[in-house]
Amino acid sequence: MASSGEDRRAWVPLGSLPEFADVTPLPQDDGPSPVVAIAYRDEFRETMDYFRSLYSSRELSPRSLLITTLAISFNPANYTVWQFRRQVLEALDADLTDELDFTERVAKGNAKNYQLWHHRRWVAEKLGSDAAYRELEFTRKIFYLDAKNYHAWSHRQWVLQALGGWENELDYCVQLLEEDVLNNSAWNQRYFVVTKSPLLGGLKAVRDSEVDYAIEAINMNPQNESPWRYLRGLYNDENDAWLNDSRVPSACLRVLKAKRNFKFALSTLLDLLCLGFKPNQEIRDAITSLRTPDSGEVGSDSDLAKSICSILGHEDPMRANYWTWRSSKLPQAAEV
Amino acid sequence: MEASPSPSPSSMMTVTERDQWMVEREVGRIYLLFAELPPAAQSFSLEIQRDSHIEYLTNGLRRLPPSFVSLDASRPWLCYWIIHSLALLGEPLDAELEDNVIDFLSRCQDPSGGYGGGPGQLPHLATTYAVVNSLITLGGSRSLSSINRDKVYNFLRQMKQPSGGFRMHDGGEIDVRACYTAISVASNLNILDDELAENVGDFILSCQTYEGGIAGEPGSEAHGGYTFCGLATMILINEADRLDLSRLIDWVVFRQGVECGFQGRANKLVDGCYSFWQGGTCALLQKLLPFGVSEGQGEGDESTDSIDSSLSAASNLSEQENDLKSASPQVDETCQFKHGGPQSASCSVNLGNANDNFLERRSVVGSLFNDLTLQQYILLCSQLPEGGFRDKPGKSRDFYHTCYCLSGLAVCQYSRSKHANSPPLPWAVVGPYFNLLEPIHPLHNVELSKYQEANEFFAR
Repeated sequence: MASSGEDRRAWVPLGSLPEFADVTPLPQDDGPSPVVAIAYRDEFRETMDYFRSLYSSRELSPRSLLITTLAISFNPANYTVWQFRRQVLEALDADLTDELDFTERVAKGNAKNYQLWHHRRWVAEKLGSDAAYRELEFTRKIFYLDAKNYHAWSHRQWVLQALGGWENELDYCVQLLEEDVLNNSAWNQRYFVVTKSPLLGGLKAVRDSEVDYAIEAINMNPQNESPWRYLRGLYNDENDAWLNDSRVPSACLRVLKAKRNFKFALSTLLDLLCLGFKPNQEIRDAITSLRTPDSGEVGSDSDLAKSICSILGHEDPMRANYWTWRSSKLPQAAEV
Repeated sequence: MEASPSPSPSSMMTVTERDQWMVEREVGRIYLLFAELPPAAQSFSLEIQRDSHIEYLTNGLRRLPPSFVSLDASRPWLCYWIIHSLALLGEPLDAELEDNVIDFLSRCQDPSGGYGGGPGQLPHLATTYAVVNSLITLGGSRSLSSINRDKVYNFLRQMKQPSGGFRMHDGGEIDVRACYTAISVASNLNILDDELAENVGDFILSCQTYEGGIAGEPGSEAHGGYTFCGLATMILINEADRLDLSRLIDWVVFRQGVECGFQGRANKLVDGCYSFWQGGTCALLQKLLPFGVSEGQGEGDESTDSIDSSLSAASNLSEQENDLKSASPQVDETCQFKHGGPQSASCSVNLGNANDNFLERRSVVGSLFNDLTLQQYILLCSQLPEGGFRDKPGKSRDFYHTCYCLSGLAVCQYSRSKHANSPPLPWAVVGPYFNLLEPIHPLHNVELSKYQEANEFFAR
């Protein structure tokens, strides 16, 4: 690639190549006193001058493809170059498996780039469901280096929905979470799979086992926010079912009894109380035992919710303002 | 309270834990050093190094080294990051440089409408947003009249998708950024109409995740940048109440971590740029908030803003903060969020007023997030004395982080102000009061007085 130092020394001016002999380079129209003026190196300027020339005449030819390859190697974020490249590829009816190799090489330099992933999606869409396996493998390789690459996750979700390949996806989530249970992207992917996979029968069909899975992760590490949000998400828009799953307050209670890392357990109980949850005496006692001197007496459930806000305001000072605000809107919300 | 980092990384740690441990160690070291300084030196290290920032920014606006080719398709963004930063610092451009900026940006305007990443590049929604915000920030009729609004409108219509979303450019990606940049531009230029707003709310709504935040596309992970873009878009089209705002608030306040800065996603590392994306989201929510606040709010609540003992400057402020709490205004009926609903998109009069109505809303809850400690993170961990701001200790400065750290700082400083442009009380500004930046319009992230000037200009 021309972007590496070694190749740069070996740069051959495009003007000296026979295939570009009849192309008149088109300089950038930067005006007499440009701002944010980048001190372009000669090889970049020359490449872009040739690109502009071929692009302005919309020449859909092999040498146009070559010039986009060069331009992308210098700056893979130039969306105009990528868009022109797609037009050239279509006109030439090019073999798009080569394009997969090309994007994989570009990804080695910078895997966080909108244009690269958008292009890859375009290519994979053209190749159809045969491409599913390679796409899943490609993203897997990316996650090996950065398991939270946002673009790669979006791509993987698109592949699953557009091209298929759901068979091992839940296992893959399990594997990633075993490696790093704090990987929120993997939790998000798990949610995506259990809600969208055509093989699992939808969220309701798997909810029971998913609640167990999330609670197990909570038991292992109660300060890990991801399984708490996942657990809540399993009951999205179904507050009655959420209120009636006794495993949730039980999980909270276990955390409270340990008297440490109970921020999310309290927050979850607060959410339940605001929806009308009636706590048993054991839960009330566990909350009461965490009270600070300024928490006040605990009588009604509404007092209990207030007490939780007070404890959280104390134990979670970064969000003291938030817990004060939550406390201030309790009476209305808790009178369910 | 989160556990403090253990003295050494353990082989049992996951990648997330190890990375987090290293950042906490670096940030902890900085706060510890700060705590040990005598008061005068503490005050100095909290100062915004105005002159250094201005020099760094102004030099960048003129010329950039070869390594910037990676941003050769983002030059209007470079203009915006720099010009907006200078505006926040209250530093005007000299007339010649201003002319050069206007001339350069007009060369990025596509003959058929919209602006590209450089002269001759395809028009792109994000760079169109950057150009419009830059030209508004420069202000004046030469700058504002250089925008061909009819053609921008045509470009926006061409990018509009039947699903309600927008494409970034011809053949480009469809996501929440595209919605925000399109709607923000349209709103600023007073060309937002029913056709542009149609079904945008449905698309954004489909991107709110089970976590509460908003993702770039349906199914993706909740993310600070997209959350700001999604919420701001919904406010601009008068449909914010369609979102689950309670869950959104709960998600965003949990993104502020022990380092005092914000992370972009759950269990990711702190990054100064989210001071704006997440802090700005909080600032927007504070204006929407009267929903669900009971009449007796604030009664008998002890607000103990106690924070890590190493953060001495902020803990000194906690008492004053309590004073504010008791003085905080009761729910103001005029601030009640107007329920727009899906049908409101058919009323373009509403759309035109969304900006102004929103600005006039008073924040009634104080700050939802920890605006004081966030200022500490920005000033002590992101700021570089030689000029510029960075993601986190160990990273280098850049114009993007300089822009969004300063924008986040401005959000914090005015977070408790009743009106967008009323000067904050001294204790709301961490460091010396001359750290005070110019206020911004929180939906567009442009300096407020310039927004108002443009608003009048384009109303004609």
